[in-house]
Amino acid sequence: MFARFTAPAIAIAVLSAFDGAAAQPANQPPDTMAARVEACTPCHGNKGEGTSDVYFPRLAGKPAGYLYNQLLAFRSGRRKYPPMNYLLEFLPDPYLEAMAEYFASEHPPLPQPAPSEVSKDVLAHGELLATSGDAGRNIPACVSCHGPGLTGMQPGIPGLLGLRANYISAQLGGWRYGTRTAKSPDCMQLVAGHLTEADVTAVAAWLATRPAPANPAPVPKGTYALPFGCGSQPN
Amino acid sequence: MGFKLSIKLLSIKLLALAAFTTAAAAQDKDKTGDIVARGEYLARAGDCTACHTAPEGRLFAGGRAMPTPFGTLYTSNITPDPETGIGKWSADDFYKTMHSGRFPDGGLIYPAMPFASYTKVTRADSDAIFAYLRSVAPVNQKNKPHELRFPYDNRQLILGWRTLFFSEGEFKPDPKKSAEWNRGAYLVEGLGHCGMCHSPINALGGTSQSDAFKGGLIPMQNWYAPSLTSNREAGLGDWSIKDITDLLQTGVSMRGVVYGPMAEVVHNSLQYLNDEDTRAMAVYLKGIAEPSPPPAASSALPTSESSLLISLGKTVYDKNCASCHGTQGEGKPPHWPPLANNQSIEMQSAVNPIRMVLNGGYPPGTKGNPMPYGMPPFAGLLSDNEVAAVVSYIRTAWGNRGTTVSAREANELRSAPLN
Ligand code: HEC
Ligand code: HEC
Ligand code: HEC
Ligand code: HEC
Ligand code: HEC
Repeated sequence: MFARFTAPAIAIAVLSAFDGAAAQPANQPPDTMAARVEACTPCHGNKGEGTSDVYFPRLAGKPAGYLYNQLLAFRSGRRKYPPMNYLLEFLPDPYLEAMAEYFASEHPPLPQPAPSEVSKDVLAHGELLATSGDAGRNIPACVSCHGPGLTGMQPGIPGLLGLRANYISAQLGGWRYGTRTAKSPDCMQLVAGHLTEADVTAVAAWLATRPAPANPAPVPKGTYALPFGCGSQPN
Repeated sequence: MGFKLSIKLLSIKLLALAAFTTAAAAQDKDKTGDIVARGEYLARAGDCTACHTAPEGRLFAGGRAMPTPFGTLYTSNITPDPETGIGKWSADDFYKTMHSGRFPDGGLIYPAMPFASYTKVTRADSDAIFAYLRSVAPVNQKNKPHELRFPYDNRQLILGWRTLFFSEGEFKPDPKKSAEWNRGAYLVEGLGHCGMCHSPINALGGTSQSDAFKGGLIPMQNWYAPSLTSNREAGLGDWSIKDITDLLQTGVSMRGVVYGPMAEVVHNSLQYLNDEDTRAMAVYLKGIAEPSPPPAASSALPTSESSLLISLGKTVYDKNCASCHGTQGEGKPPHWPPLANNQSIEMQSAVNPIRMVLNGGYPPGTKGNPMPYGMPPFAGLLSDNEVAAVVSYIRTAWGNRGTTVSAREANELRSAPLN
């Protein structure tokens, strides 16, 4: 796994040799964010591109504000995943901000969408929820917040592409059972609270089949109005 | 504040911060200086916040759970709220808690509150801490009742503990030693309460005076706090003063790094101490380390088996670890610590190196090292056998004098708590 690092590490070393060897004292790790977040790589992949593990989310290209909120939540234990809670425990805010900026600014290609194992009907139900919602059951369309292209909005709303179905349903489950919470008002908790088990399976499956859009970047802040307020997205 | 805080800006801010704290430290020496500021500094040295502030909770409002082998204790609200905090206490009451481990009404305090160390604190320092605590925002938050199992829920039992393990009394300087050594001793033995972790805990949950600083496994947390007196563990006899002060102030040094519970101590407490106090602690710590005879190089496993283990360990190491720690265990210190000639992995207890491999870690982010480098957790990547092999390898390669470990030991630590 770490063999992957050798090439970029050498490239960085050579580069810095050109812009002044004094900047990079000998026998020191590269003075880069990439080297500082190697602790994250086994689970989140190189540059945060994700790995083959279906429960480990991609980080690359998500809005920096969103990633920063997650890091704060893991550090305080508000969002629970013990291996990460432990790693972040004694890291200061500005450093977490820098990590969030780093992953937000990386844009490795999105993975190929996985072929889905659920039926056409289930996928159609998922698509309907994501794009139109279900007004009768108080379920807003996911696109009304996550964007028409599902690429999210700066600074606090993540895109929903490049995630595996298992991860998406685990997160929605987390909100339904209270193991994941976001800044109040926690709009995702409201949304997830209205979803049934079958809704979750359907919407997660459909999202995971979406191909990469031409421009996966989150849209600028204020591009569209949210159906209701979210603490993670200050207006 | 805009979100795009560039790293450059960040380091300028940190510089400004560093300048500020040095100024505060200078002021600190000024005897007419503000007693509240001095109290705040001393409260840092005593790490009161580690226990009395809950994660995301209000400063000193308590309520933090402390798991112990006898049940769970909840720390107290020590803000100046008159109903739920210590707003009605006098400086005498407060001194009685720090010095004698008793509530104002004479009731006995559980020794999880480190009064066995704080008893060494002078009256003047206790008063300064009290003045500082009176200056923080009062928080109205009732103390959570402790959840201790029978018979430990009976406070009278503390009497027995006190007879065995508590000797009340302020720090007495040793006239044969320098003022610097004595200042270091005062901080380490008193406010720093280093002995609370760094001494063996016996079955009664106590540490005896004669075993002070001899190291021990911290109950419930499953981390080994090494001996501060033996150079075979964390005794700092052959460290330079600079390496010791770097370790205490920044969390990293040319000789090794802090992690686990020690990262917490550096993060919340030691990084805030001024240069003179840090140096005094270093001088004292170096002074108490006793040279110990080299360990008999022995291994619990039969040799043919252990040589197989070691060769598997080398394969695992070269593939997963050498990129940071170097093929000869030389590391790239201080950020990627050396493993060759690193006491903290050679100790008799292999708990810490096994846990490092399983859980990885970051040294604490400190003023002196605001963006530490990290180590990935290998729990999900290596089997019990591979963990045992690589730990056996780093404990015995490059002249290291540790012993091999078994897959069972590695397996047992997979379930160690991560907080
Ligand atoms: C042992 C594997 C592991 C390691 C190491 C790890 N993570 Fe994670 N990370 C996870 C998992 C699993 C989740 C999803 C947790 C959940 O279910 O809520 C996650 C979630 C996240 C999220 C939230 C993503 C989202 O879209 O909501 C961020 C941000 C993150 N990790 C950053 C980091 C950083 C930065 C590091 C290194 C300092 C790191 N992680 C190290 C496994 C890991
Ligand atoms: C009212 C706005 C809103 C609506 C509607 C909404 N979301 Fe969200 N969603 C958010 C916000 C804000 C976050 C970020 C929460 C945080 O900071 O942790 C989020 C986060 C998520 C995440 C976590 C992503 C990750 O990488 O961990 C998932 C999954 C998600 N939403 C799925 C959905 C689905 C599926 C729907 C439709 C059924 C939906 N959301 C509808 C606002 C919304
Ligand atoms: C290792 C954890 C720990 C540390 C460090 C610690 N305390 Fe405590 N403290 C406790 C616990 C636990 C209690 C409750 C004891 C009991 O109920 O018998 C307590 C109780 C107290 C009380 C009694 C308050 C009340 O009304 O119950 C005071 C005052 C106090 N601590 C002050 C301090 C100060 C000042 C510091 C720093 C110099 C400090 N503590 C550091 C754990 C700690
Ligand atoms: C909460 C428990 C705890 C307290 C309190 C504590 N330590 Fe530690 N300490 C540990 C543990 C666990 C380790 C082993 C991990 C490590 O090496 O960082 C350790 C390691 C050390 C090391 C060795 C570091 C190395 O790289 O070899 C030194 C030196 C040290 N502590 C000094 C102190 C001093 C001085 C104090 C008091 C100011 C103190 N400790 C208070 C738990 C504690
Ligand atoms: C990406 C770089 C990196 C890799 C790869 C890595 N480490 Fe580390 N290692 C570190 C850092 C950084 C620390 C300090 C962590 C801390 O303080 O929490 C560390 C600390 C340690 C320590 C504690 C050292 C001390 O001073 O007490 C041990 C033991 C260790 N690593 C062993 C290993 C082994 C064995 C492997 C391979 C299975 C490995 N490391 C892979 C970076 C790395």
